Amino acid sequence: MTHIDTLAPLLRVQNLGCAYGARTVVRDISFELWPGEVLAVVGESGSGKSTLLNAVAARHTPSTGEVAFALKDGDLQDIYAMTEAQRRMLARTDWGFVHQNAADGLRMNVSAGANVAERLMALGQRHYGNLRTQATDWLERVEISPSRIDDRPDTFSGGMRQRLQIARNLITQPRLVFMDEPTSGLDVSVQARLLDMLRMLTRQMGLAAIIVTHDLAVARLLAQRMLVMQGGMAVETGLTDQVLDDPQHPYTQLLVSSVLQP
Amino acid sequence: MTSFALSKPLLHMQAVSKQFVLHLQSSTSLSVLRNFDLQLMPGECVRLSGPSGMGKSTVLKLAFGNYRATAGHILVRSTEGEMVDITQANARTVLHLRSQAMGYVSQFLRVIPRVAAIDIVAEPLLEGGGTPFTPAQARELAAQWLQRLRIAPSLWQLPPATFSGGEQQRINIARSFIKPRPLLLLDEPTASLDPENTHTVIELIAEARAQGVGILGIFHDPVVAQAVASRTVAMQAITPAL
Amino acid sequence: MQPTELSGATAARDPHINFAYLDERTKRMIRRAILKAVAIPGYQVPFGSREMPLPYGWGTGGIQVTASIIGPDDVLKVIDQGSDDTVNAVNIRRFFQRTTGVEVTTDTLSASIIQTRHRIPETPLREGQVLVYQVPVPEPMQHLEPREVETRKLHALQEYGLMHVNLFEDLARYGHIATTYDYPVLVNGRYIMSPSPIPKFDNPKMHLNPALQLFGAGREKRIYAVPPYTPVESLGFEDHPFEVQRWDHACELCGSNESYLDEVLMDDQGGRMFVCSDSDYCGKRQAASLAAASVATVGLGAA
Repeated sequence: MTHIDTLAPLLRVQNLGCAYGARTVVRDISFELWPGEVLAVVGESGSGKSTLLNAVAARHTPSTGEVAFALKDGDLQDIYAMTEAQRRMLARTDWGFVHQNAADGLRMNVSAGANVAERLMALGQRHYGNLRTQATDWLERVEISPSRIDDRPDTFSGGMRQRLQIARNLITQPRLVFMDEPTSGLDVSVQARLLDMLRMLTRQMGLAAIIVTHDLAVARLLAQRMLVMQGGMAVETGLTDQVLDDPQHPYTQLLVSSVLQP
Repeated sequence: MTSFALSKPLLHMQAVSKQFVLHLQSSTSLSVLRNFDLQLMPGECVRLSGPSGMGKSTVLKLAFGNYRATAGHILVRSTEGEMVDITQANARTVLHLRSQAMGYVSQFLRVIPRVAAIDIVAEPLLEGGGTPFTPAQARELAAQWLQRLRIAPSLWQLPPATFSGGEQQRINIARSFIKPRPLLLLDEPTASLDPENTHTVIELIAEARAQGVGILGIFHDPVVAQAVASRTVAMQAITPAL
Repeated sequence: MQPTELSGATAARDPHINFAYLDERTKRMIRRAILKAVAIPGYQVPFGSREMPLPYGWGTGGIQVTASIIGPDDVLKVIDQGSDDTVNAVNIRRFFQRTTGVEVTTDTLSASIIQTRHRIPETPLREGQVLVYQVPVPEPMQHLEPREVETRKLHALQEYGLMHVNLFEDLARYGHIATTYDYPVLVNGRYIMSPSPIPKFDNPKMHLNPALQLFGAGREKRIYAVPPYTPVESLGFEDHPFEVQRWDHACELCGSNESYLDEVLMDDQGGRMFVCSDSDYCGKRQAASLAAASVATVGLGAA
């Protein structure tokens, strides 16, 4: 194999399973993720994709399996063997989590600037002027006018809130970002803008990302790899274009053929 | 391009079969390719010929890893000199090969909303870690390519969604040629082009070959085929399995 | 404000009520909470807050703390906004007179226990004194993070970024940190605490204070403490550090430039005057300057 295989993965998920009593919602999922890779987890409602995302992002303890993340010193560590303090620190610095509903990922009663600068303050930055400059910088990067830095997110449109959420997450230069249906519920043109931004930012920052989506077009645009879930199981996985253009599994074929082409 | 032995093929397809199982149509099986062999050497331009439906596009897509082979091996030479079997390789390896070792010009440009034509062309230069190009440099190079393919400068800042088929095709070509890769897969690169631009593409292919690039392509236009192909592989209908 | 006749007064204790109103078991429970609070400066200790003969919001937490530590030999001072004379102060003081019979005073220095609402006395306290604060909302992050499950975690993990979000918001909105009372402090370099709605002017007094500072929140059922000589630091930014309030006026009654001043409206035409909020402090200063003036007059007379 080529030299590229000697690079260690950023994230390793092994035999992950989530069950609520007798009901198994996620069954035996395994995959690895390398720096800079974007993986789309695709499936319909009830496929378990959101549960999977939450289990990998340390937001929901799995029933079985292991999730290991490579900390900055390089070694892969089981995230559920860490202390809660370590996990929370990780979630604030090296990871990002973009919620489907921006209001879940923002403080709606606090200004946009404070929302964006919060992580920096949590890390100990105490210079107001610097914090404000960095917040302004990031607002510009997500195409929010800096004049809105003191406005609260409840005065923002859905697309703006989503972009604000992204700024809030990316300001600490995380290496891994989780996104749960980041564009659903948004108008088409707003979606396009957001997707474009996500595409650009993931490339510029070399982000690794796991994006849960039911929209195959989003998967094709943003992700190099794709995992198709049905009934809690991974039925197909591979390069995005391959899974979409040459689907093997019956369910994948159904999904792909069901998408309307405008 | 890195130096490499001229004796090793850039692409070696061994006994490749491709069968589509259409689960939605009561699992009908469609055999498109059976026991297909092909070797492509540096500097060659191999033309796949034959009537439509014979699996020509399928061969290209298999080589690129866009389709998954049902049987056989597809070996692609990496820029490090190794022959990599992409039927066994993991996603990461294939992505790396696509980035460095092989390029693919599809028949249709897959349009991304909001991204300007010039940025689409510049993108391959900025991908991957350790790129030596700054965004400004990449865009400058992209501009040169757009000029060569006669895309009006007024269009450079526009997303190609509203461009004509021919314009989109030229953007596609520019995007593939801007970053030289040892193996190039071309699917009807001149299909929507006028004679002038067709001629440019012929030139581009010749230049690439002179640099040692190996090309596997589908060229319907007999004039183009005549001008570029050093060898032709005729695809034949597969007799249905008994 | 002149000292009233209650200085040094004692009243008969009502023999039908247990000493200091609470039963002994309750006092023990509260003392245990206090001990734990003293052991972990700034940490909010939950306690079984009892029903008191006045509603929540009127100082039941402070009263329970005082009731648990007061003994027959203690001397009690009760102030509300710095004054011994307001309705609150009078009622609470009378409550303790009736249930304990202890000596009460307005003199800051001779009190062993001082219960206060919303001010720290101007007169510096000494070792051996206890200052009991009445606290409405013990959780400094409550309005930003209403879930207690979450704030407990934040305290436990020392995740205090949220506190600075608050200050950031003030700066963004007003150009300066607008919080003027209940200004959050970092206690002993570990826990962030709400000092109760004292003006930020008083915050520096908490730092390395020789007295024991106890905080009681009756409705919220929390007790916390700052032991003597504990470092207490008010939060701020590097480029916007903590600052106390300043007045352009001096107290019109005693001339002090250093105390916290109340603005008192004199008439319906907007006439106003600024006087010390701490009535005992002001009164003592006035008495001292009167004495100095009479000595000078006598001296003149003698000449």
